[in-house]
Amino acid sequence: MVKKRVIPCLDVAGGRVVKGVRFEHLRDVGDPIELATRYSELAADELVFLDITATLEDRGPTLDLVERAAGELTIPFTVGGGVSGLADARALLRAGADKVAVNRAAFEDPAMLTALADEFGSQAVVCALDARGGEVVTHAGRNPRGREAVDWAQEAVARGAGEILLTSIDADGTRAGYDLPLTGAVSAAVAVPVIASGGAGETRHLADAFAAGAEAALVASIVHERPERLRELKAELREAGWPVRS
Amino acid sequence: MRVVLADYGGGNLRSVSSALVRAGCEPIVSTDGAEVREAPLAVIAGVGHVESAARGLADHGLDDAILERAAAQRPVLGICVGMQLLCDESEEGGRGLGLLAGPVRRLRARRVPHMGWNALEVVHPSTLFDGLDGLDVYFAHSYAVEPTAPGVIVAQVDHDGVVTAAVEQGALAGVQFHPERSGPAGARLLANVLRWSRSA
Repeated sequence: MVKKRVIPCLDVAGGRVVKGVRFEHLRDVGDPIELATRYSELAADELVFLDITATLEDRGPTLDLVERAAGELTIPFTVGGGVSGLADARALLRAGADKVAVNRAAFEDPAMLTALADEFGSQAVVCALDARGGEVVTHAGRNPRGREAVDWAQEAVARGAGEILLTSIDADGTRAGYDLPLTGAVSAAVAVPVIASGGAGETRHLADAFAAGAEAALVASIVHERPERLRELKAELREAGWPVRS
Repeated sequence: MRVVLADYGGGNLRSVSSALVRAGCEPIVSTDGAEVREAPLAVIAGVGHVESAARGLADHGLDDAILERAAAQRPVLGICVGMQLLCDESEEGGRGLGLLAGPVRRLRARRVPHMGWNALEVVHPSTLFDGLDGLDVYFAHSYAVEPTAPGVIVAQVDHDGVVTAAVEQGALAGVQFHPERSGPAGARLLANVLRWSRSA
Protein backbone atom coordinates (compact mmCIF):
# COMPACT_ATOMS: atom_id res chain seq x y z
CA MET A 1 0.00 0.00 0.00
CA VAL A 2 1.29 3.43 -0.92
CA LYS A 3 2.23 5.48 2.16
CA LYS A 4 0.54 8.70 3.23
CA ARG A 5 2.95 11.56 2.57
CA VAL A 6 4.02 14.51 4.70
CA ILE A 7 5.38 17.33 2.56
CA PRO A 8 7.19 20.39 3.97
CA CYS A 9 6.65 23.54 1.92
CA LEU A 10 9.49 26.06 1.70
CA ASP A 11 8.87 29.64 0.58
CA VAL A 12 11.67 30.90 -1.63
CA ALA A 13 12.45 34.33 -3.00
CA GLY A 14 15.46 35.18 -5.12
CA GLY A 15 16.76 31.64 -4.68
CA ARG A 16 16.73 31.82 -0.84
CA VAL A 17 14.31 30.45 1.76
CA VAL A 18 12.39 33.27 3.38
CA LYS A 19 9.91 33.76 6.16
CA GLY A 20 7.53 36.66 6.48
CA VAL A 21 4.09 37.79 7.41
CA ARG A 22 1.66 37.98 4.51
CA PHE A 23 4.53 37.99 2.02
CA GLU A 24 5.94 41.17 3.58
CA HIS A 25 8.85 41.78 5.94
CA LEU A 26 10.65 38.84 4.36
CA ARG A 27 13.58 37.50 6.29
CA ASP A 28 16.29 35.30 4.79
CA VAL A 29 16.38 32.05 6.76
CA GLY A 30 18.77 30.00 4.70
CA ASP A 31 19.86 28.11 1.66
CA PRO A 32 17.02 26.07 0.11
CA ILE A 33 19.15 23.00 -0.59
CA GLU A 34 20.58 22.92 2.94
CA LEU A 35 17.12 23.18 4.50
CA ALA A 36 15.67 20.69 2.02
CA THR A 37 18.46 18.21 2.79
CA ARG A 38 17.75 18.63 6.50
CA TYR A 39 14.07 17.80 5.94
CA SER A 40 15.07 14.89 3.73
CA GLU A 41 17.19 13.49 6.59
CA LEU A 42 14.17 13.89 8.88
CA ALA A 43 12.10 11.62 6.58
CA ALA A 44 10.25 14.23 4.54
CA ASP A 45 8.46 12.32 1.77
CA GLU A 46 8.67 15.14 -0.77
CA LEU A 47 9.27 18.87 -0.78
CA VAL A 48 7.50 21.84 -2.29
CA PHE A 49 9.40 25.00 -3.17
CA LEU A 50 6.95 27.86 -3.43
CA ASP A 51 8.50 30.78 -5.29
CA ILE A 52 6.68 33.68 -3.66
CA THR A 53 8.26 36.41 -5.76
CA ALA A 54 8.10 34.71 -9.11
CA THR A 55 5.51 37.01 -10.61
CA LEU A 56 7.48 40.07 -9.62
CA GLU A 57 11.03 39.11 -10.35
CA ASP A 58 13.06 37.27 -12.87
CA ARG A 59 12.94 33.46 -12.83
CA GLY A 60 16.72 33.16 -13.06
CA PRO A 61 17.52 32.40 -9.41
CA THR A 62 14.65 29.91 -9.28
CA LEU A 63 15.90 27.99 -12.30
CA ASP A 64 19.38 27.86 -10.75
CA LEU A 65 17.81 26.53 -7.56
CA VAL A 66 15.84 23.88 -9.47
CA GLU A 67 18.98 22.69 -11.26
CA ARG A 68 20.86 22.40 -7.97
CA ALA A 69 17.94 20.67 -6.25
CA ALA A 70 17.60 18.16 -9.11
CA GLY A 71 21.25 17.18 -8.68
CA GLU A 72 21.54 17.22 -4.91
CA LEU A 73 18.21 16.06 -3.46
CA THR A 74 17.39 12.37 -3.11
CA ILE A 75 13.63 12.82 -2.64
CA PRO A 76 11.14 14.30 -5.12
CA PHE A 77 10.37 18.00 -5.23
CA THR A 78 7.67 20.19 -6.70
CA VAL A 79 8.13 23.81 -7.73
CA GLY A 80 5.23 26.22 -7.76
CA GLY A 81 4.27 29.80 -7.18
CA GLY A 82 3.57 32.34 -9.87
CA VAL A 83 3.91 29.92 -12.77
CA SER A 84 2.58 32.25 -15.43
CA GLY A 85 1.94 29.85 -18.28
CA LEU A 86 3.08 26.91 -20.34
CA ALA A 87 6.56 28.28 -21.10
CA ASP A 88 7.23 28.95 -17.43
CA ALA A 89 6.07 25.48 -16.34
CA ARG A 90 8.04 23.80 -19.10
CA ALA A 91 11.23 25.68 -18.12
CA LEU A 92 10.93 24.50 -14.51
CA LEU A 93 10.39 20.86 -15.54
CA ARG A 94 13.22 20.99 -18.07
CA ALA A 95 15.51 22.39 -15.35
CA GLY A 96 14.84 19.20 -13.38
CA ALA A 97 11.80 19.75 -11.15
CA ASP A 98 10.01 16.43 -10.60
CA LYS A 99 6.67 18.22 -10.66
CA VAL A 100 5.37 21.68 -11.33
CA ALA A 101 2.41 23.17 -9.47
CA VAL A 102 0.25 25.45 -11.61
CA ASN A 103 -2.44 27.60 -10.07
CA ARG A 104 -4.08 30.63 -11.70
CA ALA A 105 -2.45 30.06 -15.11
CA ALA A 106 -4.13 26.65 -15.35
CA PHE A 107 -7.48 28.02 -14.19
CA GLU A 108 -7.36 30.64 -16.93
CA ASP A 109 -5.88 28.31 -19.58
CA PRO A 110 -6.82 24.71 -18.71
CA ALA A 111 -5.34 23.46 -22.00
CA MET A 112 -1.88 24.02 -20.55
CA LEU A 113 -2.46 21.05 -18.22
CA THR A 114 -2.96 18.80 -21.25
CA ALA A 115 0.10 20.17 -23.02
CA LEU A 116 2.27 19.58 -19.92
CA ALA A 117 0.86 16.08 -19.34
CA ASP A 118 1.49 15.14 -22.98
CA GLU A 119 5.11 16.27 -22.78
CA PHE A 120 6.11 15.30 -19.23
CA GLY A 121 3.40 12.87 -18.08
CA SER A 122 0.50 13.51 -15.68
CA GLN A 123 2.67 12.56 -12.71
CA ALA A 124 4.64 15.80 -13.25
CA VAL A 125 1.59 18.06 -13.35
CA VAL A 126 0.10 19.34 -10.09
CA CYS A 127 -2.94 21.57 -10.21
CA ALA A 128 -2.77 23.96 -7.25
CA LEU A 129 -6.26 25.02 -6.24
CA ASP A 130 -7.02 27.65 -3.59
CA ALA A 131 -10.55 27.70 -2.20
CA ARG A 132 -12.64 29.72 0.19
CA GLY A 133 -16.08 28.51 1.19
CA GLY A 134 -15.84 25.82 -1.49
CA GLU A 135 -15.23 28.39 -4.24
CA VAL A 136 -12.05 28.76 -6.31
CA VAL A 137 -10.11 31.90 -5.43
CA THR A 138 -6.92 33.33 -6.94
CA HIS A 139 -4.42 36.09 -6.14
CA ALA A 140 -3.66 34.73 -2.65
CA GLY A 141 -7.37 34.50 -1.93
CA ARG A 142 -8.33 38.04 -2.96
CA ASN A 143 -10.23 37.16 -6.14
CA PRO A 144 -13.25 34.84 -5.99
CA ARG A 145 -13.73 33.16 -9.37
CA GLY A 146 -17.34 32.01 -9.22
CA ARG A 147 -16.62 28.32 -9.65
CA GLU A 148 -16.98 25.37 -7.30
CA ALA A 149 -13.62 23.92 -6.24
CA VAL A 150 -14.92 20.39 -6.81
CA ASP A 151 -15.98 21.25 -10.35
CA TRP A 152 -12.63 22.82 -11.28
CA ALA A 153 -10.70 19.92 -9.70
CA GLN A 154 -12.62 17.45 -11.86
CA GLU A 155 -11.92 19.43 -15.02
CA ALA A 156 -8.22 19.83 -14.11
CA VAL A 157 -7.88 16.06 -13.74
CA ALA A 158 -9.74 15.41 -16.99
CA ARG A 159 -7.32 17.85 -18.66
CA GLY A 160 -4.25 15.98 -17.41
CA ALA A 161 -3.38 17.03 -13.84
CA GLY A 162 -1.96 14.06 -11.92
CA GLU A 163 -2.40 15.57 -8.48
CA ILE A 164 -4.41 18.32 -6.76
CA LEU A 165 -2.69 20.59 -4.23
CA LEU A 166 -5.74 21.82 -2.35
CA THR A 167 -5.27 24.89 -0.15
CA SER A 168 -8.08 26.20 2.01
CA ILE A 169 -7.70 29.96 2.37
CA ASP A 170 -10.17 29.74 5.26
CA ALA A 171 -7.92 27.38 7.20
CA ASP A 172 -4.53 28.66 6.06
CA GLY A 173 -2.51 30.13 8.92
CA THR A 174 -5.06 29.17 11.60
CA ARG A 175 -3.26 26.05 12.83
CA ALA A 176 -6.76 24.81 13.68
CA GLY A 177 -6.69 21.90 11.23
CA TYR A 178 -7.19 21.32 7.52
CA ASP A 179 -10.52 22.14 5.88
CA LEU A 180 -11.99 18.67 6.15
CA PRO A 181 -15.27 19.16 4.24
CA LEU A 182 -13.34 20.67 1.33
CA THR A 183 -10.64 17.96 1.46
CA GLY A 184 -13.28 15.25 1.62
CA ALA A 185 -15.38 16.65 -1.21
CA VAL A 186 -12.46 17.06 -3.62
CA SER A 187 -10.87 13.70 -2.69
CA ALA A 188 -14.17 11.96 -3.39
CA ALA A 189 -14.65 13.75 -6.69
CA VAL A 190 -11.31 12.93 -8.34
CA ALA A 191 -9.28 9.73 -8.82
CA VAL A 192 -5.85 11.35 -8.50
CA PRO A 193 -4.05 11.98 -5.18
CA VAL A 194 -5.11 15.09 -3.25
CA ILE A 195 -2.60 16.99 -1.09
CA ALA A 196 -4.34 18.80 1.78
CA SER A 197 -2.88 22.22 2.55
CA GLY A 198 -3.53 24.99 5.04
CA GLY A 199 -4.20 24.75 8.76
CA ALA A 200 -1.83 22.09 10.13
CA GLY A 201 -1.14 22.66 13.83
CA GLU A 202 -0.77 19.21 15.32
CA THR A 203 -0.50 15.54 14.44
CA ARG A 204 -4.19 14.73 14.60
CA HIS A 205 -4.85 17.38 11.94
CA LEU A 206 -2.83 15.35 9.45
CA ALA A 207 -4.59 12.16 10.53
CA ASP A 208 -7.98 13.88 10.04
CA ALA A 209 -6.96 14.98 6.52
CA PHE A 210 -5.95 11.42 5.63
CA ALA A 211 -9.24 10.13 7.06
CA ALA A 212 -11.07 12.67 4.87
CA GLY A 213 -9.40 11.17 1.80
CA ALA A 214 -6.15 13.11 1.31
CA GLU A 215 -3.14 11.08 0.18
CA ALA A 216 -0.70 13.69 1.45
CA ALA A 217 -0.52 16.69 3.76
CA LEU A 218 1.45 19.88 3.28
CA VAL A 219 3.13 21.32 6.38
CA ALA A 220 4.85 24.68 6.80
CA SER A 221 5.08 26.71 10.01
CA ILE A 222 4.51 23.63 12.18
CA VAL A 223 7.87 22.20 11.05
CA HIS A 224 9.77 25.39 10.20
CA GLU A 225 9.89 26.44 13.85
CA ARG A 226 11.63 23.18 14.72
CA PRO A 227 12.44 20.78 11.84
CA GLU A 228 12.79 17.78 14.22
CA ARG A 229 9.02 18.09 14.68
CA LEU A 230 8.69 16.43 11.26
CA ARG A 231 10.12 13.13 12.45
CA GLU A 232 7.95 13.26 15.57
CA LEU A 233 4.83 13.95 13.49
CA LYS A 234 5.49 10.92 11.36
CA ALA A 235 6.19 8.69 14.37
CA GLU A 236 2.93 9.85 15.97
CA LEU A 237 1.01 9.14 12.77
CA ARG A 238 2.54 5.67 12.64
CA GLU A 239 1.55 5.02 16.26
CA ALA A 240 -1.97 6.07 15.35
CA GLY A 241 -2.00 3.36 12.69
CA TRP A 242 -1.39 5.42 9.54
CA PRO A 243 0.93 3.96 6.92
CA VAL A 244 3.79 6.45 6.79
CA ARG A 245 7.41 5.99 5.81
CA SER A 246 10.00 6.01 8.61
CA MET B 1 32.96 2.55 -14.24
CA ARG B 2 31.64 4.26 -17.35
CA VAL B 3 27.85 4.49 -17.59
CA VAL B 4 26.02 6.01 -20.53
CA LEU B 5 22.67 7.72 -20.11
CA ALA B 6 20.82 7.54 -23.41
CA ASP B 7 19.75 11.09 -24.24
CA TYR B 8 16.70 10.95 -26.49
CA GLY B 9 15.63 14.51 -25.79
CA GLY B 10 12.99 13.35 -23.32
CA GLY B 11 13.78 15.67 -20.48
CA ASN B 12 16.20 16.38 -17.74
CA LEU B 13 18.67 13.62 -16.81
CA ARG B 14 20.47 15.60 -14.13
CA SER B 15 18.88 13.82 -11.15
CA VAL B 16 19.70 10.34 -12.49
CA SER B 17 23.18 11.41 -13.53
CA SER B 18 23.90 12.88 -10.07
CA ALA B 19 22.60 9.76 -8.34
CA LEU B 20 24.98 7.64 -10.46
CA VAL B 21 27.89 9.90 -9.47
CA ARG B 22 26.98 9.39 -5.81
CA ALA B 23 26.92 5.63 -6.47
CA GLY B 24 30.55 5.90 -7.54
CA CYS B 25 30.53 5.77 -11.32
CA GLU B 26 31.17 8.18 -14.16
CA PRO B 27 27.96 8.78 -16.08
CA ILE B 28 27.92 10.52 -19.43
CA VAL B 29 24.78 11.78 -21.12
CA SER B 30 25.01 10.91 -24.80
CA THR B 31 23.12 10.90 -28.09
CA ASP B 32 25.94 8.95 -29.74
CA GLY B 33 24.89 5.49 -30.99
CA ALA B 34 28.35 3.94 -30.65
CA GLU B 35 28.67 5.20 -27.08
CA VAL B 36 25.22 3.88 -26.14
CA ARG B 37 26.04 0.52 -27.80
CA GLU B 38 29.45 -0.02 -26.21
CA ALA B 39 29.49 1.43 -22.66
CA PRO B 40 29.70 -1.16 -19.86
CA LEU B 41 26.24 -0.08 -18.64
CA ALA B 42 23.51 1.86 -20.45
CA VAL B 43 20.68 3.56 -18.57
CA ILE B 44 17.40 4.62 -20.17
CA ALA B 45 15.61 7.05 -17.90
CA GLY B 46 12.74 9.35 -18.57
CA VAL B 47 9.26 10.60 -17.96
CA GLY B 48 6.27 11.16 -20.18
CA HIS B 49 4.89 8.77 -22.75
CA VAL B 50 6.34 5.56 -24.15
CA GLU B 51 5.36 6.79 -27.60
CA SER B 52 7.33 10.06 -27.48
CA ALA B 53 10.25 8.36 -25.74
CA ALA B 54 10.38 5.64 -28.43
CA ARG B 55 10.25 8.28 -31.14
CA GLY B 56 13.06 10.21 -29.41
CA LEU B 57 15.23 7.10 -29.28
CA ALA B 58 14.58 6.34 -32.96
CA ASP B 59 15.31 9.94 -34.03
CA HIS B 60 18.79 9.59 -32.58
CA GLY B 61 19.29 6.03 -33.82
CA LEU B 62 19.55 4.92 -30.20
CA ASP B 63 16.89 2.22 -30.56
CA ASP B 64 19.22 0.13 -32.74
CA ALA B 65 22.14 0.83 -30.43
CA ILE B 66 20.17 -0.55 -27.46
CA LEU B 67 18.89 -3.56 -29.43
CA GLU B 68 22.48 -4.36 -30.49
CA ARG B 69 23.88 -4.10 -26.98
CA ALA B 70 21.02 -6.23 -25.66
CA ALA B 71 21.77 -8.87 -28.30
CA ALA B 72 25.41 -8.81 -27.14
CA GLN B 73 24.24 -9.29 -23.52
CA ARG B 74 25.64 -5.93 -22.39
CA PRO B 75 23.71 -4.58 -19.37
CA VAL B 76 20.81 -2.16 -19.77
CA LEU B 77 18.86 -0.52 -16.95
CA GLY B 78 15.50 1.08 -17.72
CA ILE B 79 14.01 3.48 -15.17
CA CYS B 80 10.26 4.25 -15.12
CA VAL B 81 9.29 5.01 -18.73
CA GLY B 82 12.73 3.64 -19.64
CA MET B 83 11.58 0.30 -18.24
CA GLN B 84 8.27 0.48 -20.11
CA LEU B 85 10.30 1.11 -23.29
CA LEU B 86 11.81 -2.37 -23.00
CA CYS B 87 8.37 -3.93 -23.57
CA ASP B 88 6.14 -4.40 -26.60
CA GLU B 89 2.94 -2.44 -26.88
CA SER B 90 1.65 0.21 -24.50
CA GLU B 91 -1.99 1.03 -23.77
CA GLU B 92 -0.81 4.62 -23.68
CA GLY B 93 -0.04 4.35 -27.38
CA GLY B 94 3.18 3.49 -29.15
CA ARG B 95 5.52 0.53 -29.16
CA GLY B 96 8.60 -0.15 -27.11
CA LEU B 97 11.75 -2.02 -28.09
CA GLY B 98 10.18 -5.45 -27.73
CA LEU B 99 13.01 -6.83 -25.62
CA LEU B 100 10.65 -7.90 -22.85
CA ALA B 101 7.51 -9.90 -23.69
CA GLY B 102 4.31 -8.38 -22.37
CA PRO B 103 2.20 -5.25 -22.56
CA VAL B 104 2.31 -1.94 -20.69
CA ARG B 105 -1.11 -1.39 -19.15
CA ARG B 106 -2.85 1.44 -17.37
CA LEU B 107 -3.03 0.91 -13.62
CA ARG B 108 -6.37 -0.26 -12.28
CA ALA B 109 -6.50 1.41 -8.88
CA ARG B 110 -8.67 3.87 -7.02
CA ARG B 111 -5.97 6.54 -7.32
CA VAL B 112 -3.89 6.91 -10.47
CA PRO B 113 -1.09 8.02 -10.77
CA HIS B 114 0.43 5.64 -8.22
CA MET B 115 2.28 8.39 -6.41
CA GLY B 116 4.53 8.11 -3.39
CA TRP B 117 6.52 5.66 -1.30
CA ASN B 118 5.59 2.00 -1.39
CA ALA B 119 7.26 -1.08 0.09
CA LEU B 120 9.06 -3.45 -2.28
CA GLU B 121 8.26 -7.13 -2.12
CA VAL B 122 11.19 -9.00 -3.62
CA VAL B 123 9.73 -12.11 -5.25
CA HIS B 124 12.86 -13.40 -6.94
CA PRO B 125 16.07 -12.89 -4.96
CA SER B 126 18.91 -11.44 -7.00
CA THR B 127 21.97 -9.23 -6.83
CA LEU B 128 19.84 -6.29 -7.95
CA PHE B 129 17.54 -6.37 -4.94
CA ASP B 130 20.00 -7.51 -2.33
CA GLY B 131 18.97 -5.85 0.96
CA LEU B 132 15.91 -4.10 -0.49
CA ASP B 133 13.04 -6.40 0.49
CA GLY B 134 10.43 -4.42 2.44
CA LEU B 135 12.03 -1.02 1.88
CA ASP B 136 10.02 1.96 0.66
CA VAL B 137 10.90 3.46 -2.72
CA TYR B 138 9.28 6.30 -4.68
CA PHE B 139 6.78 5.66 -7.48
CA ALA B 140 5.15 8.18 -9.84
CA HIS B 141 3.42 6.45 -12.74
CA SER B 142 0.07 5.66 -14.36
CA TYR B 143 1.13 2.67 -16.48
CA ALA B 144 3.04 -0.48 -15.60
CA VAL B 145 4.60 -3.42 -17.40
CA GLU B 146 2.95 -6.83 -17.22
CA PRO B 147 5.66 -9.28 -18.31
CA THR B 148 4.39 -12.59 -19.61
CA ALA B 149 7.57 -14.70 -19.35
CA PRO B 150 7.89 -16.60 -16.05
CA GLY B 151 10.48 -15.45 -13.53
CA VAL B 152 11.04 -12.02 -15.09
CA ILE B 153 9.39 -10.05 -12.28
CA VAL B 154 11.88 -9.70 -9.43
CA ALA B 155 10.02 -7.18 -7.24
CA GLN B 156 6.44 -6.00 -6.91
CA VAL B 157 4.31 -3.60 -4.87
CA ASP B 158 0.69 -3.41 -3.82
CA HIS B 159 -1.46 -0.59 -5.16
CA ASP B 160 -5.04 -1.91 -5.09
CA GLY B 161 -3.50 -5.06 -6.59
CA VAL B 162 -0.08 -6.28 -7.61
CA VAL B 163 2.05 -3.88 -9.67
CA THR B 164 5.38 -4.80 -11.27
CA ALA B 165 8.16 -2.86 -9.52
CA ALA B 166 11.19 -4.43 -11.20
CA VAL B 167 12.17 -6.91 -13.88
CA GLU B 168 15.35 -8.76 -14.70
CA GLN B 169 15.99 -10.87 -17.78
CA GLY B 170 19.59 -11.72 -18.51
CA ALA B 171 21.44 -8.43 -19.01
CA LEU B 172 18.19 -6.43 -19.03
CA ALA B 173 16.91 -4.78 -15.86
CA GLY B 174 14.06 -2.37 -15.30
CA VAL B 175 12.67 -0.53 -12.29
CA GLN B 176 9.32 1.24 -12.25
CA PHE B 177 10.25 3.41 -9.25
CA HIS B 178 12.77 6.24 -9.19
CA PRO B 179 16.03 5.20 -7.47
CA GLU B 180 17.35 8.74 -7.88
CA ARG B 181 14.41 9.97 -5.76
CA SER B 182 14.22 7.08 -3.28
CA GLY B 183 16.67 8.20 -0.60
CA PRO B 184 19.06 5.59 0.84
CA ALA B 185 17.04 2.67 -0.60
CA GLY B 186 17.46 4.12 -4.09
CA ALA B 187 21.19 4.58 -3.55
CA ARG B 188 21.43 0.95 -2.53
CA LEU B 189 19.60 -0.16 -5.69
CA LEU B 190 22.02 1.81 -7.87
CA ALA B 191 25.02 0.35 -6.05
CA ASN B 192 23.53 -3.11 -6.65
CA VAL B 193 23.01 -2.28 -10.33
CA LEU B 194 26.68 -1.38 -10.70
CA ARG B 195 27.70 -4.64 -9.02
CA TRP B 196 25.25 -6.58 -11.20
CA SER B 197 26.47 -4.97 -14.42
CA ARG B 198 30.11 -5.75 -13.62
CA SER B 199 29.25 -9.41 -13.27
CA ALA B 200 26.79 -9.58 -16.17
